[in-house]
Amino acid sequence: MVEFQHISKTYRVAKRQAGFGNAVRALFSREYEIVHALQDVSFSIGDGEMVGYIGPNGAGKSTTIKIMCGVLTPDSGQCIIDGRVPWKNRVAHVREIGVVFGQRSQLWWDVPVIDSFELIRDMYRLEKPAYTKNLEELTELLDLRELLKTPARNLSLGQRMRCEIAASLLHGPKTLFLDEPTIGLDAVSKIAVRQFIKRLNEEKGTTVILTTHDMQDIEALARRILLIGRGRLLLDGSLEELKRRASGKKRLTLEFSGSVPKLHRGMTLEEAGEERMVIGLDPEVLAVSEAIAYLSAQTELTDVSVSGISTEELVASLYKEYRI
Amino acid sequence: MKFYVNLILLQLKSQMQYKASFFLTIAGQFLTAFTSFFSISFVFDWVDAVDGFTYGQVLLCFAVVMASFSLGEMVGGGLAVFPRKLGNGEFDRALVRPRSILLQILMPNVDFTRLGLLLQAAVVLFIAVPASGVSWNGKKILLLCLMIFCGSIVFFSLFLLKAACSFFTVENLNCMNIFTYGARQFGRYPFSIYGKGVLTFLTWVVPLALFQYYPLLYLLDREKSEAYIAFPLLSLLFCIPCYCFFCFGRNHYKSTGS
Repeated sequence: MVEFQHISKTYRVAKRQAGFGNAVRALFSREYEIVHALQDVSFSIGDGEMVGYIGPNGAGKSTTIKIMCGVLTPDSGQCIIDGRVPWKNRVAHVREIGVVFGQRSQLWWDVPVIDSFELIRDMYRLEKPAYTKNLEELTELLDLRELLKTPARNLSLGQRMRCEIAASLLHGPKTLFLDEPTIGLDAVSKIAVRQFIKRLNEEKGTTVILTTHDMQDIEALARRILLIGRGRLLLDGSLEELKRRASGKKRLTLEFSGSVPKLHRGMTLEEAGEERMVIGLDPEVLAVSEAIAYLSAQTELTDVSVSGISTEELVASLYKEYRI
Repeated sequence: MKFYVNLILLQLKSQMQYKASFFLTIAGQFLTAFTSFFSISFVFDWVDAVDGFTYGQVLLCFAVVMASFSLGEMVGGGLAVFPRKLGNGEFDRALVRPRSILLQILMPNVDFTRLGLLLQAAVVLFIAVPASGVSWNGKKILLLCLMIFCGSIVFFSLFLLKAACSFFTVENLNCMNIFTYGARQFGRYPFSIYGKGVLTFLTWVVPLALFQYYPLLYLLDREKSEAYIAFPLLSLLFCIPCYCFFCFGRNHYKSTGS
C-alpha cells in the first residue's frame, strides 16, 4: 500500500546568463530559481496494482519515484508505504522494495553476473534456500542461464536489463519500482521484459510502479495511469477511460480500386494517396457501419480497417490539453 | 560484515587484474615518498636541529604522519570520487540498499596501492625509532601506536569532510586539500616550528597536532605528564562533527535527473 499525500518538493537551481561577464558576476552573487518539482501531489496505490506513471521530461516522475524509494526527502507532505516512511526508516524500507533505474546499472561492472547476485544476497542477508529458489526461478523466467557467467560489461543492453531486473527481485520485494525499464531495448527484449513484469504482477501479486515514455509499455502493462506535468498530478485513471475521455473519434483506413469516394458529413480527410485514404470519423454523426456502407456504394473497397486513437496520440493530446 | 569484506576483495581483485599497473603504482608511491624523506635529509645536512628537534626526532614525526596519512587515505582517499558518484547515480543506488551508506561508499574504493606509502612510512619508522634517541618503554610504544591509529582517523575524517562538502557544491573543494595532502607535507616537522598561531589552530580546530606534536613531546621526555598519552584519543573527537556534517549533507541530497 502506497500512500502519497500532499507531497511537495522544490529545488533551488542557480541561474546564470550566457557570456563570460555574467559567469564572473555569478561568482559573487548568484540568482537562484526555484523549481517546483512536485506541488501537492497525492495518490494512493493498493497492493498488487500495476501503475504507469507518465509525463513529459522534467515533469517530476523521477522525483516521485526517488521519494518513494527513500532517496529524496520531500519538503512537505506525507508518504507512507506499507506503514513505513521511506526516508526515515530507510533500511527497513528498502529491504521490501526493488528498484530498477533503466539508465543505471546496479551490477558490478567487472565481475560475472552471478558474483553480483551473490553480493546482493549477502547485502540483503538472504537465507541460502530462499535465495537459490528465487535465483532458479528468475533464471528460468528471464532466460539468464547463459548470461550468469558473463561479466556485466560484456552484456548487451537487453541482456543486461534482464539481469538488472533479476538483481532487484532476488530478495522478493513486495513493491517494484521501474524507472524507464525498456529504454533503448530492441523489440524482442522489450517484449520479454514486459511479459515478465506482467507475470510477476499476476503470479506473485507484486505491486509494480513504472515510469516510461514508451506507450507500448503502458498499453501492455499499466491498468492504471497517473499523468504528471509540471509537478502536478493531472490525471488518474485507467487507459480505456482515458481513451474514451480524450476522444471518441475513429479512424478508417481504406484501400480501393476505382473512383475516389466523396466524404459524408462527420468525415474528415486525414491522408490521401493513390487508391488509399485515411478518414477521421465522428461516430456521433455517422455510425461506423453506415460509413462503410456509404463508402462502398461509391467505389470498390479492397481493404478497410477501423481503429481508435492510438495511445501515443492520446498522450500527446493530453500533454497538449494540459499545456505541459 | 561478510558483505563488506567481499566488497573490498572485489575491489582488490579488480585492482590486481592489471597486475603491472598495480605493482608499479605501489612502487611509484614508495619511491616518490622518498623525495620528502630526502628533503628532510638535505635540511639536516646544513643544520643540526630544527626548533630543538634533531634529525631522528623529525624523522619519527615524519614516519607517524606518513603512516597515518597512508592508512587514512587508503580508506578515505576513495572519497575523492564521491562527487562523481553523486553525479552518476551510484549514490542513489547505495541509498536503496539496506546497508550503511558510508560503508557502501568506502568499501568499494579502498585503494591498496597506498600500501607503497605505508611501506615507506614503515621503513622510515624503522630508521627513526633508534635514531630519535627516545628511551622506549611500554607506554611509549603504546603511545606511538595510538599516534598512528588516531592520526589515520583524523585524516580519514578530513577526507570525509571534504566529500560531505560536495553535497552542497557539486564540485570538488580543492581548498580542503590543504588539510589532507598539505598536512602530509608540512606534518613532516613538528607543528610547533610553524609558530604559535598555527599550533593553536591545529590543536583546537583541525586537531592534527594532537596526534603529532604533543605526544612527541612525551616521547622525547620533554613533558612528563602521562596525560599526554591521552592526547591522540582527544583528536578522535574530530570525527564526530565530520560525520554529523556528512549526515546533514545526506539529508539535503538533491540527486540528479533521471
